[in-house]
Amino acid sequence: MVELRELYQQIILDHNRSPRNFRAIEDPDRVAHGDNPLCGDKIKVYVKLNGDVIEDVSFDGSGCAISQSSASLMTTAVVGKTVAEADELFDKFHAMVTTGVDQAAHRQELGKLAAFAGVREFPARVKCANLAWHTLHAALGGESEPISTE
Amino acid sequence: MLKTAEQSVAAKTDDVGRIRGDFPILQREVRGKPLVYLDNAATTQKPSQVIEALTRYYVSQNANIHRGVYHLSELATAAYEEARGRAQLFLNAAHPEEVVFVRGTTEAINLVASSYGRSVLRHGDEVLISAMEHHSNIVPWQLLCDSTGARLRVAPIDRTGTLLLDEFEQAIGPRTKVVALVHVSNSLGTINPIEELVSVAKERGAVVLVDGAQAAPHMPVDVQRLGCDFYAISGHKMYGPTGIGLLYGRSELLEAMPPYQGGGEMIRSVTFEKTTYAPAPGKFEAGTPHIAGAVGLGAAIDYIERIGWSYIHEQETALLEHALEQLAGVPGLRIVGCAKERASVVSFVMDGIHAHDIGTIVDQEGVAIRTGHHCTQPVMDFFHLPATARASFAFYNTLSEVDILVRALKEAREVFG
Repeated sequence: MVELRELYQQIILDHNRSPRNFRAIEDPDRVAHGDNPLCGDKIKVYVKLNGDVIEDVSFDGSGCAISQSSASLMTTAVVGKTVAEADELFDKFHAMVTTGVDQAAHRQELGKLAAFAGVREFPARVKCANLAWHTLHAALGGESEPISTE
Repeated sequence: MLKTAEQSVAAKTDDVGRIRGDFPILQREVRGKPLVYLDNAATTQKPSQVIEALTRYYVSQNANIHRGVYHLSELATAAYEEARGRAQLFLNAAHPEEVVFVRGTTEAINLVASSYGRSVLRHGDEVLISAMEHHSNIVPWQLLCDSTGARLRVAPIDRTGTLLLDEFEQAIGPRTKVVALVHVSNSLGTINPIEELVSVAKERGAVVLVDGAQAAPHMPVDVQRLGCDFYAISGHKMYGPTGIGLLYGRSELLEAMPPYQGGGEMIRSVTFEKTTYAPAPGKFEAGTPHIAGAVGLGAAIDYIERIGWSYIHEQETALLEHALEQLAGVPGLRIVGCAKERASVVSFVMDGIHAHDIGTIVDQEGVAIRTGHHCTQPVMDFFHLPATARASFAFYNTLSEVDILVRALKEAREVFG
């Protein structure tokens, strides 16, 4: 069960049980929907901007532990960042869960998000970890079509 | 001489051991653990007898069928048509011409919806399905309704996953032209009282298609006794190759139906002015068919008949009962679907653990189960679930494999607290 504990780290289980910023924002500047048809994960990401800065960010929806905790940790990681900084973080996160190459170099910036490094050992679950990020990316880019990981 | 209980348990253990020896893939390991394959409703594993039939065909008989005058083509044609004959006996169809080779259940239903449906349905007519259908018995009818202006109606189920018979009967109206029903539900395991349902629908003048994908691997099917007009099955769910399946259709209907696809094999004569079509089943088998697949399916039918329905029924019932009993002991686990008549399929959810996480965790122990909506999203919506985990058993599974699954689920419970 060593690999499993690597995937389901305490911080992931904690954010799955008690997701942070799990709420709707009343008057969001940006909203996007995302879904993962394979497992039925559904997510909605809300963003409140102050100029270029993400002043508030939240999500709701349902999904597996990886997708829920990834969304939760994402909201705590990007709040207060500029749109460009958030996108840059997404690139690093994406690289970490798909190839793992940037993980060591960016451990500092990734912070708690490094808990998802184990996901790359489980190819079927990579899209679960990425769903919230893709949806945030769409919201920030102002895309109106629902985002799908398929 | 009467066997003692112990002797018969030992005899059964020998049987299942011998049967498992027929399936090479069951000898392999996954993540360093013996493979525990419990996703048989998605596809079954293949015995050596089927694998060898495919190899034998390609090694010694491969040629295109029906038009060749040379020996090899005659051999291939004979092998293909012999497989059709075996399929006819397997389904107890009255004539071999009533058996059409298709890619699988999905293509069989699309064939009926598009050929029979488009030629018969008019604006305002109705197609009736049930609330427990697989997407493959929903979407082809939606496409048909979109193009003809017909209406799709859905007979409801109750919380146990059982079709409501009165409501089903009431839903059949004077304009119901087609009733399409699943024999055994892939996500709930419910076995529908199909003979009764067919007879009710036929009395009201509807044409009835039965989706038998999950029934044919588990119980004998007699299309004449059922009295249905169409019966659809997939080879790969009954120990045969992927990409081959059967559509049974009553002769009168098949003869009257227009072709499904155009091309070679399905014609009698072609000129640029007018083409006439071959009689059924050739009319519905345009292009070079999956000849090796048909031969492999024939071998799978032989294999099932050699194992015998009584053994299959006995072993799968034992697996289902053991699974239901053991799963009840997993904290926070709830079984979805508890119809009185059910096949060896168990869908379940666990408090606080998404089905996908369950699937990943048990996979670490070498256990393959399916997680998700099982191509039955309306069923998931009915139970207000995004997804379930599903274990589905075949006669080559053992009670100790059920125990491995249950142990892995208890581990999942520990990981998630």
